[in-house]
Amino acid sequence: MMVSKKTLAVAAMALSVVFLLVAPFLFKPYGVFILSTWVVMTIAAIGLNLTLGYAGQVSLAQAAFVGIGSYITAYLTTRGWPFWSTYMLAGTSCFIVGWLLGYPALRVQHHYLAFVTLAFNTLVYLIFRNEEWLTRGIYGIMNIPRPEVLGWSMAKPIPFYYFLLAHLALISAATWALIQSPWGRAFIAVRENPIRALSLGVDTRRYTLMAFALGAGLGGISGSLYAALVQFIDPTPFALGLSLNLLLMVIVGGSGYFFGPFLGAVVAVLLPEWLRFAQGYYLMGYAALVMLLMIFCPTGLLGFADRLLTPKAKSDSGPNPVLPDSAAPQKAAG
Amino acid sequence: MTPVLEVRNLRKTFGGIVAVDDVSFNVNDGEILGIIGPNGSGKSTLFNCILGQLQPSAGEVFLHGKAVTRTRPCDLNRLGVSRTFQLLQIFPQLTVRENLILAGQEHQGTMLSRLFGRRDAGLTGAANQMIEFFRLGHLADEKAGGLSYGQQKLLDAAMAFMAGPRLVLLDEPAGGVNLTMLQSLRERLRAINAEQGATFVVIEHNMEFVMALCTRIVVLAEGRIIAEGDPADVRRNPKVIEAYLGH
Ligand SMILES: Nc1ncnc2c1ncn2[C@@H]1O[C@H](COP(=O)(O)OP(=O)(O)O)[C@@H](O)[C@H]1O
Ligand SMILES: [Mg+2]
Repeated sequence: MMVSKKTLAVAAMALSVVFLLVAPFLFKPYGVFILSTWVVMTIAAIGLNLTLGYAGQVSLAQAAFVGIGSYITAYLTTRGWPFWSTYMLAGTSCFIVGWLLGYPALRVQHHYLAFVTLAFNTLVYLIFRNEEWLTRGIYGIMNIPRPEVLGWSMAKPIPFYYFLLAHLALISAATWALIQSPWGRAFIAVRENPIRALSLGVDTRRYTLMAFALGAGLGGISGSLYAALVQFIDPTPFALGLSLNLLLMVIVGGSGYFFGPFLGAVVAVLLPEWLRFAQGYYLMGYAALVMLLMIFCPTGLLGFADRLLTPKAKSDSGPNPVLPDSAAPQKAAG
Repeated sequence: MTPVLEVRNLRKTFGGIVAVDDVSFNVNDGEILGIIGPNGSGKSTLFNCILGQLQPSAGEVFLHGKAVTRTRPCDLNRLGVSRTFQLLQIFPQLTVRENLILAGQEHQGTMLSRLFGRRDAGLTGAANQMIEFFRLGHLADEKAGGLSYGQQKLLDAAMAFMAGPRLVLLDEPAGGVNLTMLQSLRERLRAINAEQGATFVVIEHNMEFVMALCTRIVVLAEGRIIAEGDPADVRRNPKVIEAYLGH
């Protein structure tokens, strides 16, 4: 293992970028569509990775934000609004709703928070399905137009794929800058030891809300792109199942690793297509993979790679458990 | 002169337990005040109430004469009050240097400038100095979780000093630290006290450590102050001897 981690990462990234750029010429239109779906889901998972992976806040509501973003774009573009305005609106609306959803996270943690966000996802799904005057319910919204960029139509699959890829590149760069800034460090501090962070001047409340809002905002943007990709939306894709799927993408890829969502989305979006021949067995294989991964390497595929590539793997027992002061076993009196 | 910290009739109950019972004391500028007392006498709870980590049931806290009771810990920290906890509290997945940068980054600029400003918030130099000062130089780029207990304890203390605090509350800084490390820690604390004029309040079980470090001592037993004075006097005080032996 003499190759450094960094060299490997750069090589893998360069290969992936080349692959993504030439991919449309290697695949049939259906393949391009699947790759486009991968891009959209990766963006949503990048958002969830900020909330969950970096700031440590469990959310089972990411599908709700993808849905809100999709419906905003679908509803407005079919009424003549330009795509870009609906795109911005999707991002900002979800940012605000995500901020509000963050408030429960200030009071409850872990599985309680999972339940709160799960309930929110269900609520939003029911609105999509039942409020027909707004969303057309199960009939869905059809003929969602694709945008133009500087007069160039993105309507055809291949230009639209590159359009999505450009978004992914910009969003990745922005997210990278964010997690490399003091904010990224503060997010990790909130995840690892909120009590200590608070005592060091970190406004944990504000950062927690920010992590929710940013994650949700990216969910909304992903949704807006999703609507333009599929051009027909109904409530079905935005049910809890997608939230769970996005959660798995983040965890399987490597929660809190920058490239975790990219890899997780490969496993969740691309692999099923490539392994179609295996039919129902694919799902079993996927479930088994997730279980094995969670048992032997809860830090996901990238965590696993990290461990393999780390020289003289010290018996790393993971993050220290953080106990509140009063939960300490008391020493004998001095 | 107004005391740096003034605690007035502070009280904290947990259900039926009175953990801190009507405690009042002052901490003067530049002094190193020791707080001792048997286990369970309410020392940590007192700290947590002063620092806003717990809501006191009654009483008031003043910082430089200004009421700060129930101020949030992060705001209090930005007013120049920092602390360590009885249990080690570091960020294991961040490197030693990043732990220290984190400890200083929220003290300057705004949320926006921290988002668009430099990655290290201009604190690499200060962090490196602190690393040298606490003799952690060879570990600067190690993940803090990989350090030995004693080294983590030093890092924990170093974080409390990163932002140049005026008042530092240390909860059992010597707990579980070996003898050489202990001496090093004591020297570091003295140096910061002398050079930067920082005021300290130190909870400690290790009597020798307290006697050698502190200029004045407050003794707590069952949530109440039972004695107060210079180290030698306190050591001879029959009430103190009884509280410790009778435990
Ligand atoms: N969160 C809590 N809930 C209930 N009781 C507590 C809590 N924290 C401390 N206590 C109780 O308050 C008393 C004082 O504890 P503590 O302040 O930790 O003492 P010390 O630091 O002097 O050893 C003890 O009786 C302890 O059991
Ligand atoms: Mg204690």
